[in-house]
Order: sequence, then C-alpha cells, then structure tokens
Amino acid sequence: MSLALDLFTIVAVTLGAIFFLAGTVGLLRFPDTLTRLHALTKADNLGLGLVVLGLLPQATAPFGWIGLIAVWLLALLSGATVGQLLAEAVRPPEWDQARTPDASPVGHPNAPEASSHD
Amino acid sequence: MTSALVVDAALVLLVLGLALWITAARAAYGAAVGFVAYGLLLTLIWVRLAAVDVAMTEAALGSGLTGLLLLGAAARLAPYEAAEHQRRPGLGLRVLVGVLCAAIAAGLAAVVLLLPDPAPSQALAVAAHLPATGLGNPVTGVLMAYRAVDTLLESVVLVPALIGVWSLSTEMGWGGRPGFLTPWRSGSALPLLARVLPPFGILVGIHLVWAGADDPGGKFQGAAVLAAMWILVMVAGLREPPRVSDRLMRFLLVVGPLCFIGIGAAGIRLAGAFLAYPEAYAKPLIIAIEVGLTISVTAVLGLLLAGPPVPEPQYQRQSRRRS
Repeated sequence: MSLALDLFTIVAVTLGAIFFLAGTVGLLRFPDTLTRLHALTKADNLGLGLVVLGLLPQATAPFGWIGLIAVWLLALLSGATVGQLLAEAVRPPEWDQARTPDASPVGHPNAPEASSHD
Repeated sequence: MTSALVVDAALVLLVLGLALWITAARAAYGAAVGFVAYGLLLTLIWVRLAAVDVAMTEAALGSGLTGLLLLGAAARLAPYEAAEHQRRPGLGLRVLVGVLCAAIAAGLAAVVLLLPDPAPSQALAVAAHLPATGLGNPVTGVLMAYRAVDTLLESVVLVPALIGVWSLSTEMGWGGRPGFLTPWRSGSALPLLARVLPPFGILVGIHLVWAGADDPGGKFQGAAVLAAMWILVMVAGLREPPRVSDRLMRFLLVVGPLCFIGIGAAGIRLAGAFLAYPEAYAKPLIIAIEVGLTISVTAVLGLLLAGPPVPEPQYQRQSRRRS
C-alpha cells in the first residue's frame, strides 16, 4: 500500500514539474504578455495542484493536508488576481472601445499618468 | 546525498549569476525585480541551512517589503533615468568605486576564510539556559532575552525611519494622508482579493507571532504579513491610509517600543538589570513585548510603504484619476 502511495507521489509530482517546465518555456517563448500570462497561470494552477496532490499521501493527517491544500488555494487566488491585473494593464485600448463604442476615451490603464504612482 | 549537493550547487550558482545580473542591469526597474527573485533564492538557501527563522525574515522583509520599496522608488525615478545614463561618471570615480567594492568583497572573503574551526559559539550556553525564559525557540530566546538591547534598538529604529519618510512631505502636505498608495482603478480584481485574502493573512500573521515562542516565526515575520494585508486593503482603495496627524495611529506606532522600554526599566528594580526579566514572569513579559512590538512594527511597515503625506486635494485627485 505504501509502495502504491509512493508511486502515486512520484507520478503526480513529476507531472506537476512537467507543467512548471512547460509554463516556463511558454513564459520565455510566447510572443506577447497575454499568452505568457496564460502559460504562467497554467503552471501555477495545474503544476502546483499536481505537486500538492502528490505530496498529500506523504503529509500527516489532517493538519498537513489542510496546510498543503490551503497553500494551493491561496496560490490559485493570488495567481488569478495577478493575472487579471497584468492583463488589464496591458490590453490594447481598442478592446475597451470595441465593447462600449460610445464610451468616452477615459484614461487608458497603460497611459503614463495612470501607471505612475505619484 | 549527492542529489542534495546538486540542488545546493545549482542554488549557489543561480544566486551568484542573479547577483551579477542585478549589478550589471542598466534599468532600475529590472534590477528591482531581480532583487525580489534574489531574495527568494536566498530564502531557499537559508532553508537549506536549516535557518528557518532567517529564511522567513528574508522572504517577508528582505525580499517582499524591501522589494516593494525598491519597485516604488524605481517607478518614481523612471522619468529621470535616461538623463542619468547620459551623465557617465569619470574614469577616476569608476575605478575608485570598483576598487572599494573589490576591497569589501575581499575583506568579507578573508573574514569567512580566517574563521577559527570550530567557530566561536554561544549556542551551547543558550541551549543550556533556554528553559529559564520559558521559550522553545532558541532564536526568539536570544532575540528577547540574551540580545534584548539589539532587539530594542532595531524595533525603535523603525520609528525614526518613518519620521525620515514623513519629513519628505511638502509643507502643504503635512497632516494629510500618505500619498504613495493611491487606490487602483475600481472594477478590477484587486478589491476582490483585498476582501478575500485579509482574514487568512491576519490569521497567518497572528499565528507567526504566537508560534514564534516555540517554533520558527516571530514578531517581524508576523508583522510583515499583517502589514502586507493592510497595504493590500489600501492599494485596493477599500480603506484610506490614516492621516499622519492621527493621534491613535501615532500611539500605535510607539506602543511597542514604549512597552519594551517600560518592562526593561522595571527589570532594574525587579531583576537587577535593565531588560532583565524576573524568572517567574519571563514568558508572559516576553509575550507582552512581542504583542506590543507586532502592533508597532505592522503600523510602521505599512506607513513606510504608504509614503510621505500629500495635500488633501492632491490625494483626492489622484484617487479620481485612477477610478
């Protein structure tokens, strides 16, 4: 039984590491920020999820499990938020205008006066 | 064993390479981002050296908080950076800086290489006397009992640092709200995160302080997490930073050092020396100091990032521009 659990750990953590590798390759190779974000958040969500899943049999019940799952959920939450914020900061202004044609040209998020902090 | 050696060697090479890259980077923003990654790698190295307390401090303060301060400074300096690159310092100055940096590096290397073997250590004496403090974590024991003056000074020094930041305010801005963390645009994902995350972050921060008595953790790490939650709420625009003239906030800034000095002075009468604890009450007194310092350090760290106060109309204009 413990051999099966160890094998499960090895397989799941290896799969997670492959997702992290693929995410890193995507981050380096994809052409623009939005596609790079996709690669990065995929690695965070699935890669970390698989690593956590693989480590569950090795952790002590129940607090080790709760801790590992909490780490994964918090990484999901922060990763999703940061992805949204970065995407919002880099999206071209035409997209907003295409969605709301009569909107007045408000300060574009990428414009220098909105991105500086002073 | 060998696989651990490979991981350690890779970590060392990564840290050295990243340090070189940061030094060579032309743009301040890139160097600041590199510094954050450098701090995270250092954290891993501290974990490998089994110094978990130091690792947590490095992650929370060295990498996280200092990284944020540097990123803010880089963003503010960006308009002047191009002009700065035009004015290249003269050859003499560059050689002098290079020689001084090399001398510091050589001096540090000499100190490390000339250490006696085994290195002088008080670790055994600390371990023998730790039960007297009622603490289980030797790092907390050293910080709060044997080196309490150091800890007192390093918690007090945060207050003058904040006064230094505040003194950058213009005359019109004095008494207003800190101006660096003006709220982000409404309707983004940030306010959601700032509503969901703080309950967990506050729990983790308090846990770090409480667990610091017996396990890795402590007031600085816990306060950094608490301050991060406060900053998140301010950046998301859910709460404004307090006015620098706010009396309650000023009291919170100094309550920790006051509590430390007060208990330390009482030690002269009760235990015979400044900052000595009467043996029966050592642990409750240490916890009281840790709680007070946590409150003050949290407030100082949050306000350090919030920056100097700006005039009220300017603050509102900035907020509007972002919404």
